[in-house]
Amino acid sequence: MIDVIRAAWVIARRDYVASVFSKTFLLFLLGPLLPILAALMFGAVGAKTDAEIARPRIAIIADTADGKALIAARTQLAARLGETALPELRIVAPENDGAAQAQALLADRKRALVAVARGGLIAPELIGPQGPVAEHQERLGLIYDTARRTRALAHAGGEAVPAVAFSVRTVDKAAGSETANRALTARMGQLVLMMLVMILAGMLLSNLIEEKSNKVIEVLAAAVPVDAIFLGKLGAMLAMSLTGIFVWGATAMLALAWFFPAGGPALPAPALGWPAFVALGTVYFIACYLLLGALFLGIGGQAASVREVQTLSMPVTMGQLGVVALASSAVGATLTPLAVVAMIFPWSSPFAMMARAAQSPYIWPHLLAILWQGIWIAIIIRLAARRFRVSVLKSGVVRRGWFGRKRPA
Amino acid sequence: MDVTNAIEAHGLVKEFGGFRAVDGVDLAVPAGSIFGVLGPNGAGKTTTLRMLLGIIDPDGGHRTLLGEDRPIRAARRVGYLPEERGLYPGMQAREAIAFMGALRGLPLKEGRVRADAMLAAHGLGDARHKTIRTLSKGMAQTVQLLGTLVHRPQLIVLDEPFSGLDALNQQRLEGLIREQADAGVTVLFSTHVIAHAERLCERVAIIAGGQVRFEGAVEEARNRLRPRVRLVTRAEDGPWCAALPAARTREGRLWQFELPETGIEPILKALIDGGAGIENLAIERPGLHDAFVAIAGEAAAREMDQPQLEAVA
Repeated sequence: MIDVIRAAWVIARRDYVASVFSKTFLLFLLGPLLPILAALMFGAVGAKTDAEIARPRIAIIADTADGKALIAARTQLAARLGETALPELRIVAPENDGAAQAQALLADRKRALVAVARGGLIAPELIGPQGPVAEHQERLGLIYDTARRTRALAHAGGEAVPAVAFSVRTVDKAAGSETANRALTARMGQLVLMMLVMILAGMLLSNLIEEKSNKVIEVLAAAVPVDAIFLGKLGAMLAMSLTGIFVWGATAMLALAWFFPAGGPALPAPALGWPAFVALGTVYFIACYLLLGALFLGIGGQAASVREVQTLSMPVTMGQLGVVALASSAVGATLTPLAVVAMIFPWSSPFAMMARAAQSPYIWPHLLAILWQGIWIAIIIRLAARRFRVSVLKSGVVRRGWFGRKRPA
Repeated sequence: MDVTNAIEAHGLVKEFGGFRAVDGVDLAVPAGSIFGVLGPNGAGKTTTLRMLLGIIDPDGGHRTLLGEDRPIRAARRVGYLPEERGLYPGMQAREAIAFMGALRGLPLKEGRVRADAMLAAHGLGDARHKTIRTLSKGMAQTVQLLGTLVHRPQLIVLDEPFSGLDALNQQRLEGLIREQADAGVTVLFSTHVIAHAERLCERVAIIAGGQVRFEGAVEEARNRLRPRVRLVTRAEDGPWCAALPAARTREGRLWQFELPETGIEPILKALIDGGAGIENLAIERPGLHDAFVAIAGEAAAREMDQPQLEAVA
């Protein structure tokens, strides 16, 4: 075993140095920044455009008095519900033929209206396609109600009732909100884990192609056990990934400190506390990376060319998404049978346990899970190495048909 | 470990998809010897070497490598140069050599020191910091060979080591093999070029069709054949012809036949008495090539000859 670890160390060191001290590693480090920059740039432009295009506008055919009353009512409600919660109103002076005016307004491309209301405050009529009418009927009704109450109060000579202002006293936690908040942290934890594993573990698919194409595999296989080759390659890629994560994490922390000097938006604290959550997150990332990585290395090791690896990428990504979907069942206050399955199934176990770390204060299930995942890592590396020996090096057990086996002497 | 035979193999068998590539190979490579495995392409040489080294497992039979039943246990004491050379193209020459040593248990630091010395000794001192991809094919092959030797193994296994080398580098490699053998290292190499084996080896195994057709000393192989006599007479014909062995060939006045058990003297006497007139007489000892033809057959020899011509060219 010591020989295997020693040999794995030699291979890991070579792979790590070859990867990290290459020009392409800089691109690897910059990689995640590109989509963030693109999202920021196009997101800002897109949000502005969306806001202009998507905010629903309704024309109100009304005289000046009704129009002012409705605009005042909308302003009053928007102050409490938010500007985007209510449709935008356009007051249009009535013409002789109200029905024809409504049709003309709806057909006007420049105004881009979703509906037209007419008939004043007393008997309003909303004209428009079924979807927008159904969507905005209640909110527009709220504006009309407010306008009518304000006018009625004014006619009766009464004073407007001031808006309620609660006196606020905060406490540390409430059972209902704590569960919901921790679920958010659990989902965020799973999301980060999934993103990192999907970005980083997929590279292992093509990791043995280099050795196979330049024939180094023959030199390696003659000198060290195949298990050590697999272990070394996994270790090197894990170390490279952790280097990347460290750089990205440090950059993110600096960026947050720069943009939010007074402290930025924070997630609710996980049940185990942030230090334990982060520590477990690191362990689960390593476990997840090794579990999926060993599988990918084994699958990729069977591929004869880069083309075959590319073909394998899609089903592998789909498989990862399936695993994450299963693990998402572990998010929630209660343990469902599906959540237990997600915690036991080796490949979804790290994701599921990540969610539990956010929601449950007990540490012992994590110790069991880490042990369980460690056993599976060893099993998968062993199986992948054996498969590699059989199919690539044409060695070991030769399968004959479905059931017949021939054992090596 | 002190072992009489560095390698022993008994009844090694390997099949690939129903094709029996190696069919019951027996080998015994004495420690400290230079041992050649001869055979045409596809004879099963590489598969045999890969089984001996534990890269692949045999389907039948067993082998020991430096006394170990599991070859990987002896890996630190073995150097291996595969037929298909393989180095990381982005690695520097000295790092590649040190890495190959590290795989066999040599500390990296020590490997670098030895690599520098070995590269300098082989005229590649200036290339030590060059990456493999910038070296010529011959230089890269030398680097890989040095990587095979850097950890000072007890046994070196070289699969077609002369393949792809020019005449000068072939000569250098022969020198290197002799140096290693002089230092007590066992050298096992495969080749389809008989001349290399004849010059270097004490013992050979001739493999054809996945089977060992002969294993023993080179002398023993050559002694399997009788020496051949080339005789040129002055006379075309005469009663003296009856004194020549029945199994003879003739081209004009040139006669060729195997030296009879009774020796050449009775024939010479008959020729002189019969007035044949001896213009030229040569008794040639058969070479390894002749022995190979006799052992493995003409077809195998033809396959050997073709690459041999290429190697010379």
